[in-house]
Amino acid sequence: MTTAKMAVSSRTNSTSRSIGGGIVNGILYAVLIIASVVQILPLVWLLFFSLKNNQEVFNLPPFSLPTKLRWENYESVWSQGNISKYFINSVWITVVSVALTILLASFVTFAITRMKWKLRPFVLGLFMVGMMIPVHSTLIPLFNLFQKLHLTDNQASLVLSYTAFNLPITIMILLGFYYALPREVEEAAVMDGCSVNRVFFQIVLPMTASVIVTAAIINMIYNWNEFIFVNTFISSDNLKTLTVGVQNFVGQYTTNWGAIGATLMISILPILLAFFLLSNRIVEGIAAGSVKG
Amino acid sequence: MEKVMSNKGIIALYVLPSLLLIIAIIYLPIVLTGYYGLMQWDGISPMTFIGLENYSTLLHDEKFWSSVYHSFLFAVLSTVFLSVYMAVALVLSGNIRGANLFRKIYLLPMLLSSVAIAQLWLKIYHPTTGILNDFLTSLGVKETPEWLADPSIVLGALFVPILWQYAGFYILIYYAAFKNIPASLIEAARIDGASPIQIALRIKIPLISEVIKVTIVLAVVGSLKYFDLIYVMTDGGPNGASEVMASYMYHKAFRGFEFGYGSAIGFFLLLICLVATWGIRKLTETKDSIQYS
Repeated sequence: MTTAKMAVSSRTNSTSRSIGGGIVNGILYAVLIIASVVQILPLVWLLFFSLKNNQEVFNLPPFSLPTKLRWENYESVWSQGNISKYFINSVWITVVSVALTILLASFVTFAITRMKWKLRPFVLGLFMVGMMIPVHSTLIPLFNLFQKLHLTDNQASLVLSYTAFNLPITIMILLGFYYALPREVEEAAVMDGCSVNRVFFQIVLPMTASVIVTAAIINMIYNWNEFIFVNTFISSDNLKTLTVGVQNFVGQYTTNWGAIGATLMISILPILLAFFLLSNRIVEGIAAGSVKG
Repeated sequence: MEKVMSNKGIIALYVLPSLLLIIAIIYLPIVLTGYYGLMQWDGISPMTFIGLENYSTLLHDEKFWSSVYHSFLFAVLSTVFLSVYMAVALVLSGNIRGANLFRKIYLLPMLLSSVAIAQLWLKIYHPTTGILNDFLTSLGVKETPEWLADPSIVLGALFVPILWQYAGFYILIYYAAFKNIPASLIEAARIDGASPIQIALRIKIPLISEVIKVTIVLAVVGSLKYFDLIYVMTDGGPNGASEVMASYMYHKAFRGFEFGYGSAIGFFLLLICLVATWGIRKLTETKDSIQYS
C-alpha cells in the first residue's frame, strides 16, 4: 500500500487543484497510517513476546519474529495457574450479567416507549442520571451492603453490580431503536386481544434482535474488562475473574515475559475475536451510547 | 389499546425490578457515602458520629489536594487533546478511502481492559528490557529514563497509555458527528468559494458544538475518575507522585481502614463530577441551538 496509490482526488475539483489536493491527501494518509501503526504496534509486540522465551525476548530485537512459535507458554499458563478457572468465571459472569441486563433494559424501554403512566419522565431521568455517577463513590457503601447481605466473596455481588451499572447505557441504546420501531403490528395484535406480555415477548423482542446484539456486545466488553468491583468484593482466588486474576498472576511471574504475554493475550482474546467479527456493531453501539448524553 | 397499555400491574412488573436495582446499587450508596463521611469507622467496629471532622481534615490534607491536582491535570490534558482527535476525525470524514478501517483500528485499544493495557505498558516502559528504552538506546541515549519511578515524569508517562486507550473513542464520536452534517450545507459553502479549512472552522466545527460539549464532559469526568490503569501501573507512586482522587480514596479505605475518611473522599469525588458536568454545560451554553434542516 503506497500512499501515492491510495491518495484520492476529491470529486469535483479541476486538474490543478487535484494535483495540490493529491499532495495534501498523501500527507494526510501518511499521518493516518502512522497513527494506526502506533495503535496496533504495542499489541503486535505483545503477541510476539507471548510466543518467545526470555532469552529471545532479551537478546533479539523487539519486533523480530519468534524463532520458534512457543505455544507452550499458552499451554503452561492455562494449565498451571488458575487462568482457566478465571476464564470460566469471566465467561459465566459476563453471560449472566449481559442476559439479565438486556432483559431488564428491554422491559423498561418497552414500558417507557409503549405504555402510558405518569411517572414515566421521572423514572427515565433516574436511569439516565445513573450514567453520571462515578462507581468509586458507591464502592464503600456497596462493600458494606454486600457484607451485610453475606454477598462479599460471592459472585452474585458482581452480577448485581454489573447489571445495575449497565442498565442506563443499555436503555439508552435501546431507546432510539424502540422509538423508531413502527407500532402498527403491536396495535393490531392488541386489537386482536393479545396480552401485553405476548406483545412484548412475541412481537417486540424479536423485532429488536439487531439492537439487542449491539447492546449485548457493548455490555460484554464492559463486564469482561471490569476490575474494581472484582478486586474489592471478591477475596477467594477461585472466584476471581480474568482481569483481577491476570493482575495477581502477572505479579507472581514478573520475570517470565513469555508467560505474562501469553496470559495477557488469553485475557484479551475474546474481545479481539468480537472485534474482528462484530466491529460494525461495536462502532454503532459506542456511538449510540455516548453522543446522545 | 389505551386501556391495555396503561395496565398498572404490567408496568410495575416491567419497571420495578430494574428501578429497585439501580436504587439499591447506585442511588442508595451515593447517599450513604455522604453519611459515612460523617463517621469515624474502620470498617469493622461500630461507627461513631464525628460530624464534619472528616471533611475538615480533608481540607487540610496535602496528599489529598495533590491527588486532586493530578486528577485535574489529567482532565485538562485530556480536554486539550480533544482538538487533535477532532482534526483526525475531520480528515477521516472527508473523502478518504479506508476511513471505516482507520477508525476501527483507532478504536481497538479502547476495547481492551485497563488492566491488560496497564500490564502491557508496564512492559513497554520497563527500564531495561522495555521497547521504549530499547529504542532510545539504539538512538544512542546513554541514560534512559526510569519512566514510572521518576516523580518528575511519571504523570506524563501515565498519560500516554490513557491517550492510546481513548483516542479512538473520541475520533469515532467526532467522525459520526461530522458525517451527520448534511452534504448540501458543505456543497453550498464550496460553491460560494470557501476553502476546506474555512469550511472546517466556520461550518463543520460550529455545527457539532453539542457533540463537542458532550465529549468535554466525558473527557473531564472520565479523567476525574481514572483508577484502574494508575492502580496497576504505579499504585499512586512513587511516593504519591501519581496519586489521583479515586486511588487515594481506595488506599485510605481498603488499605488504611479509614472507611469514614474514604467515604468523605468518595462523596467529594461525586460532587466534583456533578459540578464539573453542570459547570461545563453552563459555560458552553449557546443562546441559539443549531438546526440542520
